[in-house]
Amino acid sequence: MIEGKGLSKAYGLSDSAARRALASDDPAAAVARAGGYLGAHDVNFTIETGEMFVVMGLSGSGKSTVLRMINRLNEPSSGQLLIDGEDIVGIPDSRLRQIRNEKIGMVFQHFSLFPHRTVLENAAYGLKVRGISKSERFEKADAALNRVGLNGRGSKYPHELSGGMRQRVGLARALAVDPPILLMDEPFSALDPLIRRDMQDLLMQLQAEDKRTTVFVTHDLNEAMRIGDRIMVMRDGQVVQTGAGVEIVARPADDYVSEFVADVDRARVLTATDLVRPALLTFKVDEEPRSALTRLADNEANGAFVLKDDGHLLGVVTDTNLLDAVNRGQKDLSGAVTKDYHAVKPDAVIGDFMHLAGRQVVPVTVVDEDGKLAGVVPRAAILSSLSSVPEVREEATVNA
Amino acid sequence: MPDLKIGQYGEDVIRWFQEHFEGLFDFLTTWLSHLLRWTYDIVAGLQPLPMTIVFAVIALVITRRIGLTALLVVGLLVVDSMGLWYETMQSLATVLVATIIALAIGIPVGIWSAFNPVVRAIVAPLLDFMQTVPTFVYLLPTVLFFGIGAVPGMIATIVFAAPPAVRLTQLGIRQVDPETVEASAAFGGSRWEILREVQLPLARASIMAGVNQVIMLALSMVVVAGLVGGEGLGGIVVSSVQSLAIGDSIEGGLAVVVLAIYLDRVSAALGGQGRGNPSWWPKRKASEGLEQAQVQPAEARELAAV
Repeated sequence: MIEGKGLSKAYGLSDSAARRALASDDPAAAVARAGGYLGAHDVNFTIETGEMFVVMGLSGSGKSTVLRMINRLNEPSSGQLLIDGEDIVGIPDSRLRQIRNEKIGMVFQHFSLFPHRTVLENAAYGLKVRGISKSERFEKADAALNRVGLNGRGSKYPHELSGGMRQRVGLARALAVDPPILLMDEPFSALDPLIRRDMQDLLMQLQAEDKRTTVFVTHDLNEAMRIGDRIMVMRDGQVVQTGAGVEIVARPADDYVSEFVADVDRARVLTATDLVRPALLTFKVDEEPRSALTRLADNEANGAFVLKDDGHLLGVVTDTNLLDAVNRGQKDLSGAVTKDYHAVKPDAVIGDFMHLAGRQVVPVTVVDEDGKLAGVVPRAAILSSLSSVPEVREEATVNA
Repeated sequence: MPDLKIGQYGEDVIRWFQEHFEGLFDFLTTWLSHLLRWTYDIVAGLQPLPMTIVFAVIALVITRRIGLTALLVVGLLVVDSMGLWYETMQSLATVLVATIIALAIGIPVGIWSAFNPVVRAIVAPLLDFMQTVPTFVYLLPTVLFFGIGAVPGMIATIVFAAPPAVRLTQLGIRQVDPETVEASAAFGGSRWEILREVQLPLARASIMAGVNQVIMLALSMVVVAGLVGGEGLGGIVVSSVQSLAIGDSIEGGLAVVVLAIYLDRVSAALGGQGRGNPSWWPKRKASEGLEQAQVQPAEARELAAV
């Protein structure tokens, strides 16, 4: 577990000047007056073991600053940073080097490979610092290279590889030491989109196998949504919102976040659960067709759901079916029920079912694992959720 | 205007040093002349023709260029035919010793100043001073300290030739990508490990460009050293100029040029610059990777020449 408590970083100031400036009422202004720059201010977070934690923000928002404070490549000006309960701020250099070497692997934006060393030597670097024998470290480094798909390229030099492959070496270098914590500083932003997607897939696959505590910095919201368990959005050195990706897209904390999430591919992020509304009209299966028809007319609807006594969804009745049933003198709705609806699971993303909206008399139907009716996703809700203007979504009414 | 007797003060300081550090100067004189003697015994250890073959092999191995090696051999043969072989070896020995001492001082100071801004602020003007004060101005005090002979010339040579070693070492270390240095630190590397395994290897081309510069500057001092009794080609040129022996001075000058070409090409190739990669040469991939990865020495030289 990694905990940041009141972490601040003032660049360009001496320790004492930074402390004085941070203690004032307006730290950003005080730091600027003293000739420094406030990179991060009062940042708090808790990263659970095994979690993929994404720090997101535009450039200059302090996201890299926060990441680099975790292994003290950036020295925090104030605050605490606890790794498994140990505050690493202020520990002696030898202990810091030990923690860096044993607990933390890091992947850099511009790969930062050692150009004068082979791919294998690069991957083995952390183990070399640890003082592990040549044969053993090369064996482990080789295994790490295999995991990232670089089999047989160990004897190459970094400049002989493409960008994507170089970052695979960067990843292998971090994995070779088998650290419980992985820090990734915009690792894929220097890669072209197709390669980036491959690398995200690779990372997700590795993460599924290893369940490493990973801190991933990015400015790309789609990337954050795709890989992150939780996302921390930063602005001007401060945390604006922390939460699951869907939560941030569905309920942005302020205008900055909503502007940020404006470009996200909502169809791939929002799920049926985010849009579900209660079905306005349901009938029990033993209801009389005539009263059902009346209620249907009262609600100005063309169809409604029919439920069993225990809440399980039986099917759908339409006004024509009901009229038939009335004319034939049926006592309940069982004869009128049809399967003319599209059911989706609660965790289905919009993109997977949006094309089904409006094809039936009832909206897209959300059915939970037990087969019970969880609600509906009206067409208007889908359309308004895909637009980036939140107000529209709020006003959209359910028209079942 | 007050009449400052700066010259008088300077002379007083020099006299004071001369009186109080006589033992140190004597000690240095003894050791430097021994060092020079040993080096001379090595480079002049063989007859001119066998030694030419040794030089040819060294040049071929380092530069990997047959044509260039042939040219260098011709130059050396010309030197021998002019009867200046041993004087040339004398100058070579002086250049080598001066270079080694200049590097032994310059590279560590360069490393130190790369990490310490205070050292950098002190060293930078000192280097400018060493390179701009006319050589003759400090040649005379060195004679006072070290007496007439090869040693004062060598001291002056070291003072004049050391700055590029400092500058290019410092530059080479500072131009290593900070993220690469960070990568080493992030995996727990200590300062020493970072220096030894990342910064120095990546600064190699720049440092070697500095070595090349030191050698060339040392060579350019050979003639000046001749003025204070330095033996070798400097002595030849100085005495022939004094006696208006134009032919002799031309021959001495030509031998200096041959030595210069040899040292320049070989030392430049040592840093990876101007090295051939003929198909018959066994591939050494490690060094190729290195060359691509960093600032080329030519670039570093321009930067350092500011």
